[in-house]
Amino acid sequence: MNAIFLILAIVTVLGTAAAMCLRNAVHCVLALTLGFTGIAALYLQLSAQFVGFTQIMVYVGAVAILAVFAIMMTHQPEPAKPPTFSNFWVWGSIVAAAVFSVLAWAIHHSSVTRQPPTTQVDINVQQIGVALMHHFVLPLEIMGLLLTAALIGAVVIAMDRKEETK
Amino acid sequence: MNSLQNYLLLSSLLFSIGLAGALIRRNAILVLIGIELMLNSANLNLIAFWRFGPNPAALTGVMFTIFSISIAAAEAAVGLGIILAAYRHSRTTDLDQMNSLKG
Repeated sequence: MNAIFLILAIVTVLGTAAAMCLRNAVHCVLALTLGFTGIAALYLQLSAQFVGFTQIMVYVGAVAILAVFAIMMTHQPEPAKPPTFSNFWVWGSIVAAAVFSVLAWAIHHSSVTRQPPTTQVDINVQQIGVALMHHFVLPLEIMGLLLTAALIGAVVIAMDRKEETK
Repeated sequence: MNSLQNYLLLSSLLFSIGLAGALIRRNAILVLIGIELMLNSANLNLIAFWRFGPNPAALTGVMFTIFSISIAAAEAAVGLGIILAAYRHSRTTDLDQMNSLKG
């Protein structure tokens, strides 16, 4: 375990844990961008450069901004602040801790996870583009269709119905 | 170089944080963010298995992750649209107060 991985892991875990614990929702999204950036740096460390930059563009650039917009559009000043966590937060935490325990036990006892990495791979964007255009062209087309349908659906769902009747 | 075990432990920890957030937060937007975090930890798993697998030149892990990120983006857009529609109806994003399906 080298130092860079340790630093990145600590930054990622701290950012995501703060995103799930803070009281102010905008602060949560800001902490979440830190966690997403840490995950992108881990992708870069795993020599998946394209995925790392895609992660920054999609999550830090788009999803976080979308979440901030949604928070601002649904924000309402409340005199009496409700509690941040649900009433059964103890049970939720116990379930999450149990899931982590089972996963960590399985990873610790698996023989697959101890193998060393294969020789240094050199994957550039050109290879990814060629693979997307040849071997994975059908999933790519289906993904384009799904994105179009999802964006039209999101606009239709979020549209204000009162304007239709005018 | 790290072993695969460290990456898998980190991603299972991120998954548990996301699961805890999705289970215990009251704000619907932050529940959606918790689900995004769980998807992210699965992506980290895919990339780690691709990097430590026997044939990294096949690019399967990278392709899985790219498609998974696209689906997560579409899911975030639709989910936030649903939250906006529900907010317009019930004037709240508190999940403990959204307790009626028809009303």
